[in-house]
Amino acid sequence: MLSALFGASTLELLSFNPPGWGATLARGLLASLQIAFGAYGLGLLIGMGGAYGKLYGGPVVRDLLEVYTTVVRAVPELVLILLLYYAGTDLINRLLDVFGYAPIDINGLVAGIGVLAFVQGAYATEVLRGAILGIPQGQIEAARAYGMPPGTMLRRITVPAMLPFAIPGMANLWLIATKDTALLAIVGFGELTQATRQAAGATKAYFTFFMAANILYLAVTLLSNVVLGRVERWSRRGMPATAGAGR
Amino acid sequence: MKKFLAAFATAAVMAASIGMAQAEQVKVGFSPEAYPPFWSQDASGKWGGWEVEIIQAICDSQQMECELTPIPWDGLIPALQTKKIDAIMNSMSITDERKQSIDFSDKYYNTPTAVIGAKDQKFDATPEGLKGKILGVQVSTIHATYAKKHFGESAAEIKEYQTQDEANQDLAAGRIDATQADSIALDAFLKSDAGQACCDLKGMVAPDLEVLGPGVGAGVRKGDTALADKINAGIKAIRDNGKYEEITKKYFDFDIYGEAGQVN
Amino acid sequence: MSEAILTTTPRQRALGWLQPHRVVLIAIAAALVLAAVFTMRWDWLPKYFDLAVQGVWRTIWLLIVTTLLGFVLAVPLGLVQVTGPWWLAAPARAFCTVIRGTPLLLQLWLLYYGLGSLFPQFPWIRESFLWPYLRQAWPYGVLALTLSYAGYEGEVMRGAFAGVPRGQLEAARAFGMRRWTILRRIWLPQAFYRALPTLTGETVLQLKATPLVATITMVDIYAVSSRVRQETFITYEPLLLLALVYLTITGILVFLFRKLEARIPARLG
Repeated sequence: MLSALFGASTLELLSFNPPGWGATLARGLLASLQIAFGAYGLGLLIGMGGAYGKLYGGPVVRDLLEVYTTVVRAVPELVLILLLYYAGTDLINRLLDVFGYAPIDINGLVAGIGVLAFVQGAYATEVLRGAILGIPQGQIEAARAYGMPPGTMLRRITVPAMLPFAIPGMANLWLIATKDTALLAIVGFGELTQATRQAAGATKAYFTFFMAANILYLAVTLLSNVVLGRVERWSRRGMPATAGAGR
Repeated sequence: MKKFLAAFATAAVMAASIGMAQAEQVKVGFSPEAYPPFWSQDASGKWGGWEVEIIQAICDSQQMECELTPIPWDGLIPALQTKKIDAIMNSMSITDERKQSIDFSDKYYNTPTAVIGAKDQKFDATPEGLKGKILGVQVSTIHATYAKKHFGESAAEIKEYQTQDEANQDLAAGRIDATQADSIALDAFLKSDAGQACCDLKGMVAPDLEVLGPGVGAGVRKGDTALADKINAGIKAIRDNGKYEEITKKYFDFDIYGEAGQVN
Repeated sequence: MSEAILTTTPRQRALGWLQPHRVVLIAIAAALVLAAVFTMRWDWLPKYFDLAVQGVWRTIWLLIVTTLLGFVLAVPLGLVQVTGPWWLAAPARAFCTVIRGTPLLLQLWLLYYGLGSLFPQFPWIRESFLWPYLRQAWPYGVLALTLSYAGYEGEVMRGAFAGVPRGQLEAARAFGMRRWTILRRIWLPQAFYRALPTLTGETVLQLKATPLVATITMVDIYAVSSRVRQETFITYEPLLLLALVYLTITGILVFLFRKLEARIPARLG
């Protein structure tokens, strides 16, 4: 059955040496992971700023952040990616032009990370805001009463206390980040999905290659689940169970 | 102060002229999809094919350093306009519609447009022949425009694909009855295993210069005559010095330049 | 402001929401919208209006059909993971993991192009009664989106079924209710109420997944906007309008689900 589906010869197409496309797929996977890491890290930073702004910022900051998170969570990633990929780089270059700088070339990797981080940031804002709200108020009040400066309070109280609430949601966001990299294939960025599409187009072995790429993504998810599960257990020492949902 | 400014200006001009003397960097946009024999990718991910070699030859002859930049087909013109790339050389036909947004160099090849279809069905590339058939075309191409104009009434459906490769794939799968595209690109598909098994040539479409245009040229930003002139000079140079013929012979047994003397 | 809400009328509450800085922000937003209306190009709108309406309709149709079918699939998927025998629970679990662990775009391409590439090897498929459907793109789009929704919602339903207190089920059994009746009258409704808050989010995510079907030649609203971009070479305007369309649909969805949630008893045992 399997050999009927794949054909014995098409499995050879996955080998690492040409005419196998294994090395190209591996490079694509590496690019996907790079973007996922970059976007996740940057998204986390945006999320921290966003959550802090939403909770402790002025009214204008709060409203603007609300618009940001609402829009990003309501509009398909695909549309945002197209908008930001074309408009974002165009806008940056026009701004540079206004201030008299030469236009810069934003390569696909940086643009991809930036766009996905913008999307991730909105979700991270909500996750972290919820987590900070989950901290018993008394802890923060006590820190304030001690006259702790905001920076120290963030480092010593807020972040450690919110971690158990934030980690299930943030773990979920990591899985979303890895899968969202696939959408960059639509703007022609050479990550795993795009590499797979090209390999499939060149060899006509569509089924084999899409299957192989799915298995690679699944492997990344399963491996992440193991690691994230450990992190979650570590952060939740002695806390009741919580669950996250979403994609 | 004036002296300083003058010195500064001279330095700036010198710096600029030094920059000019070095090879000019040109980003050539192309859609990263198999489009044999013009574009194909080997297993290591390297691009080759007739058009890749022609781009290289044109750029070499004008001392330009051309960098191939992958952009999806439907994003090529926006990418050119937003300066992500400087030129499009991707078998893009010169048409009046596109000329409203971008400028073109002279043509560097011109080949007829064909329709291929399933072997077990007998029809020809006319509105009557395609009556009730499902026709696949690549989005945003002269073929899509032509098909909608001439076959829109008679065909059962005109399906638009992101890449011609996907249209060919669906033709092989039997999801569409026919596809219209460049005759040479389709010929390459018909010669492949999948193409031989499923399909044959149904004929060339009737000419329509307004839609199909005078041939394939390099797209440049509106008003970027400097680059267009350079590319034109490059095309002329490789036509004259035999390089064009040399590359073409590797892929075809005839000259795909089309009628000589026809300029944009 | 929060203390004020307790004792105010809706009119006063609306005034409270409309603080001075919000008035300014709304004015800026209105100015931006006006600038967009008057300085950007919208002359293509009349020509594509009919196509856009069809596209919106297809997007909504796809959303409704796939969420309903997906939910119908998610219930057994969740249930067998909680009470089923291992030979049902394990495949259900594996299904949810695979669906949730791979990008939907790739699942869609595997179904459409992957399966399509196998058709020539099996000529009998073209003679079968299913062929008229297999030829078209929408069955693949519906299937991929349905399976995706079932995978994510199946996981939610598993948690929801497991979360219904044992006592309720035991009480029902003590009443002599049969298993099927318990499921229909006690377990499923309670699990559904529990899953309802996540349903809103999952359905919005499903809406956001629908434009992927444009990559397999389905003409939804996203595909219409792509066509406008490709035919007119106008980049931003169609995308901005598209974003507005999705924002509106999301707004309506959230509103409808809130209405639905308000009608459901808030107390969970």
